[in-house]
Amino acid sequence: MNSDITNFSSLAPIFPELIIIIGAIIILMAGAFLKKQASVGLAGITIALLLVVSLLIILFPTDGIILNGAFIQDSFARYMKILLLASSLFAIILSLSSAKENSLDRFEYSVLLLFATLGMMIMVSANDLMSLYIGVEMQALSLYVLAAMRRESSKASEAGLKYFVLGALSSGMLLYGASLIYGFTGQTQLDEIAKIIMLGDRSIGLIFGLVFLLAGLAFKISAVPFHMWTPDVYEGAPTPVTAFFASAPKVAAMALLIRLVMESFEPVSQDWRQIVIFLSIASMILASFAAIGQKNLKRLIAYSSIGHMGFALVGLSAGSLVGVQAVAIYMAIYVIMTLGLFAAILSLKNQNGYVENITDLRGLAQTNPFVAAIIAIIMFSLIGLPPLAGFFAKWHVFLAAIEAKLFLLSIIGVLASAVSAFYYIRIIILMYVYEPEQQFIKAQPELRFIMALSGFLILTYYFSIAAPLTNITRFVVGSLF
Amino acid sequence: MAIVGKERLQIISNLTRPTDERDKMTLTLFFFYLFSIVLIAAAIMVVASRNPVHSVLFLILAFFNAAGLFLIAGAEFLAMILVIVYVGAVAVLFLFVVMMLDIDFAEMRKGILQYMPIGALIGLILFLELALLAGSWVILPEVADSSVLPIDNSISNTKALGQVLYTRYVFLFQGAGIILLIAMVGAIVLSLHHRSNVKRQDIGKQVARDPKETVKTVKVKSGKGIG
Repeated sequence: MNSDITNFSSLAPIFPELIIIIGAIIILMAGAFLKKQASVGLAGITIALLLVVSLLIILFPTDGIILNGAFIQDSFARYMKILLLASSLFAIILSLSSAKENSLDRFEYSVLLLFATLGMMIMVSANDLMSLYIGVEMQALSLYVLAAMRRESSKASEAGLKYFVLGALSSGMLLYGASLIYGFTGQTQLDEIAKIIMLGDRSIGLIFGLVFLLAGLAFKISAVPFHMWTPDVYEGAPTPVTAFFASAPKVAAMALLIRLVMESFEPVSQDWRQIVIFLSIASMILASFAAIGQKNLKRLIAYSSIGHMGFALVGLSAGSLVGVQAVAIYMAIYVIMTLGLFAAILSLKNQNGYVENITDLRGLAQTNPFVAAIIAIIMFSLIGLPPLAGFFAKWHVFLAAIEAKLFLLSIIGVLASAVSAFYYIRIIILMYVYEPEQQFIKAQPELRFIMALSGFLILTYYFSIAAPLTNITRFVVGSLF
Repeated sequence: MAIVGKERLQIISNLTRPTDERDKMTLTLFFFYLFSIVLIAAAIMVVASRNPVHSVLFLILAFFNAAGLFLIAGAEFLAMILVIVYVGAVAVLFLFVVMMLDIDFAEMRKGILQYMPIGALIGLILFLELALLAGSWVILPEVADSSVLPIDNSISNTKALGQVLYTRYVFLFQGAGIILLIAMVGAIVLSLHHRSNVKRQDIGKQVARDPKETVKTVKVKSGKGIG
């Protein structure tokens, strides 16, 4: 019944989270008592804090299950935490240049972003249904506020409210599923649940709970049919916040989903694989067709991200080590592409402000060749053309699916990918074939840096990070099996 | 609370015991029926009373009686929490809402007959579920002992909660605390406006004012004014 924390050093696996908590509270206090102009400095401190925590995780890895089994730190958790810390870091950097226009020049933005990151880190490290819920709720609550932070915009308020209502619904499903699983196994700890399932035969109540739990998590990764909130929230939220929404929470929810199904429900893999396969097929098909009619760039990216979650789930539906490794690689590449794309969108600013319509991209190749080239590279990568990074991401997941004899799923995936090429290529044609209609203001240096970094990694993926990424993911995924 | 179940079980099973054992329970039973009757009457009045303020006051009465029932069942922690949270915060909030917002309660009451069947159905389902639960206790009294976490009757439940809340579940407890902090920060971010054109009282500034700078002695000739 007692705690397993006997001295300070036994807390070592949770040090990164503790540092973020303390840092966030200090920034909160400093922001409350300093002048309004200090918020830029506080954003700088937040960036430094995220860097320090990432370095701590990389340089001093401490693994273990602590806090009576509620919290686990293993190499898989560390890999996913690095990914989402990097996403948060770049999301803050992305917000710097447009902070004033989007009313993000307040210290609460940094604080909420840190708390959201903390919630995601707890999600990734959750080893218990209760800590899972605490993490999910912590990140969700911060994200609702971030979406609605631009108070004067009715669209942002709508986005925040929609996100809140549907998020509350998904939390309810998650809790209902968790309560059923607890009721039928008598355990909340993930590995204990697996032991109970292994002992007895699978009961219908347990499968019921599993379905609800997966539905709740599908909301978080916005997989079809739980995707309805995504386009509206992405469109309404301020663009830097959308960049954050599209990257870090997806990584965290996907990591949580992987840990849940691989650790707890490995014995009933036939049951959850059906669900994941359905989510995957539905996401890929719906996203590739629904995106065709979109006029707003952010809505288009929303559908694109729904589709990419579908592709990532192809890897998970294999239910094998290779499959999970493919998902880990996919998430890394997805984050690189998404952040680069949002940096490009944030550099599209004319005298009237930021543009968001697809038709505004006309002739971008003549007025702004660098941004146009980056967008084109990312679009080709999103389609999955070799030798860009997106191709290898899809190659890994489909390879895993074919190894698991999921031929129909692979065929549907490739076809959906071909359909989605239509709207990606339309953007490239708009940029390169049409005449320009407007002039854009030159992009800020930090945006150009992120674009260049993303473009470089995508272009040279096979020669630069492919080998280390494959090795690292093979190692980290090993900790789950 | 599992303890509630256990203690309830005692009350229910005592009803079926011989007279000599029942005598010991007379006082408890008296209070049980007293609280129950007042609780049900208050609950009916919450729905039936015409004045919304009276409704809220009856709600508070109902909460107090429910707390009394919890006390009888041996769940003193729940009883305290019910009084502190529901009476102290929620009911007062209700009163504020009722008094400050202009809600037309006559209008809201219009559909009551229309929704009555659904409400009655839900009530019936809840009653059946309770009856099933109580039935299982009567038929199989040892069912309460077969739960995963056996109930330790040697310590009070406030102490039992305290012992696990800050040790075994400290992570979840602190996590919940951070969620509340986020909710607070979020509410302030979304609703607090710093309007610049509003005049505010700054006591520090008022005290620091120097009469030499602000007060001027002017000699005014009669019939001429200051100008």
